[in-house]
Amino acid sequence: MWSKQEMALEVVNLIGNDSTVNLGIGMPTLVAELMPKEKGVMLHSENGVLGVEGRPSESTVSATLINAGKETISVYPYASYFDSALSFGMIRGGHIDYCVLGGMEVDILGNLANWMIPGAKVTGMGGAMDLVNGAKEVIIMMGHFNKKGVSKMTALCSLPLTGAKVVHTVVTDHGVFKPQGDTFKIIKLAAGITKADLKNNKLFS
Amino acid sequence: MKNKLYKNATTAIFDIESGASLMSGGFGLCGIAENLIDALCEKDIKNITAISNNIGNQGKGLAKLLKQHKISKAYCSYVGGNPDLEEQMLSNEVDVELVPQGTFAERIRAAGMGVRAFYTPTGYGTLIAKGKDVKEFDRPCILETALHADFAIIKAQKGDKYGNLWFKESARNFSPLMAMAAKVTIVEVEELVELGEIASEDVHVPGVFVQRIFQGSNYQNDIEFLKTSEAKE
Repeated sequence: MWSKQEMALEVVNLIGNDSTVNLGIGMPTLVAELMPKEKGVMLHSENGVLGVEGRPSESTVSATLINAGKETISVYPYASYFDSALSFGMIRGGHIDYCVLGGMEVDILGNLANWMIPGAKVTGMGGAMDLVNGAKEVIIMMGHFNKKGVSKMTALCSLPLTGAKVVHTVVTDHGVFKPQGDTFKIIKLAAGITKADLKNNKLFS
Repeated sequence: MKNKLYKNATTAIFDIESGASLMSGGFGLCGIAENLIDALCEKDIKNITAISNNIGNQGKGLAKLLKQHKISKAYCSYVGGNPDLEEQMLSNEVDVELVPQGTFAERIRAAGMGVRAFYTPTGYGTLIAKGKDVKEFDRPCILETALHADFAIIKAQKGDKYGNLWFKESARNFSPLMAMAAKVTIVEVEELVELGEIASEDVHVPGVFVQRIFQGSNYQNDIEFLKTSEAKE
């Protein structure tokens, strides 16, 4: 099984050089930390920043410079700031090459659920619904099984959807997969993982 | 030129009454109108409709109004990190309409720009599409309508007495959109500057969208998650 760092490295490998990328909050933020500078990737943060670099030093930290996770950030000298409508215009208008988001469930149709569990947990969708419909490539990064051992990779999502038929690639701790409509195509399995470990192996091809 | 200068937050909100709809700029606690929110806390009002991405966070910002039970309806995109809102949403004290963040921004922008409605793919095939008109373009899209408000409360780094505004770094977020969408836009600034001091090329919000402006004070500028290169997580 892959660690979160190994999963993030798999995501890094899926991202093309010199592309523009939006990273969701939670696990996807690891991708920023492991992204080699030589890749020339421009990171977009939907609260209105293009050109996120990393973390500020204690002397340069600014309360007005944050990412979508409300964490302090630093930016490259060629970064730009803009309002939220322009920021989501970049997303909805197809100007962002990749978005990487966490997930609660993904199904073989490419449906994604990641914003609410009815009766239990509501965080809101934030920008996720816009991102999955706007970014050219949607990559989901999540554990393969939930805490109860139930697969988050399913035949049909049971939770309320974030987007219908929007997911291109899923990176889990068990491997890399692509929803194909009838199955998940196995692109790669983590070291030591076999198809049998995926449990419902009819879903995988 | 109309005089838009007010003395302080209290005088600038003289006509915000119970039942008003109120847009509030800021992303989390970044760029919120601290003085105006505090002044609203002092005022005996209720049944406010709040339109804000987060409705405050961690007990701060608009969450102060939630704690005082002044808000009965909220439009927002994210409630995570705001326990007051989650609690009052689950107890049905506040009627929350969750709006995808890009749709939220565009509905507000549309209101300010005179666009009545627009079709967007965001939310198609989800609970958000329920009851909305669907139309097939290159892809199926849903119809979303403009979102207006009686008042907007905005914080800018710099502003002049005409209401030209300049925002610092990522503090801009929803504020320029809300300034355009409200009937009355009230702005507090960290620096009230002379006319012409903000170079014309650098005006983020032209003053035509602003009705009232005042010099703010005692800014906290709270950081929600301080992360630095020195501090290893």
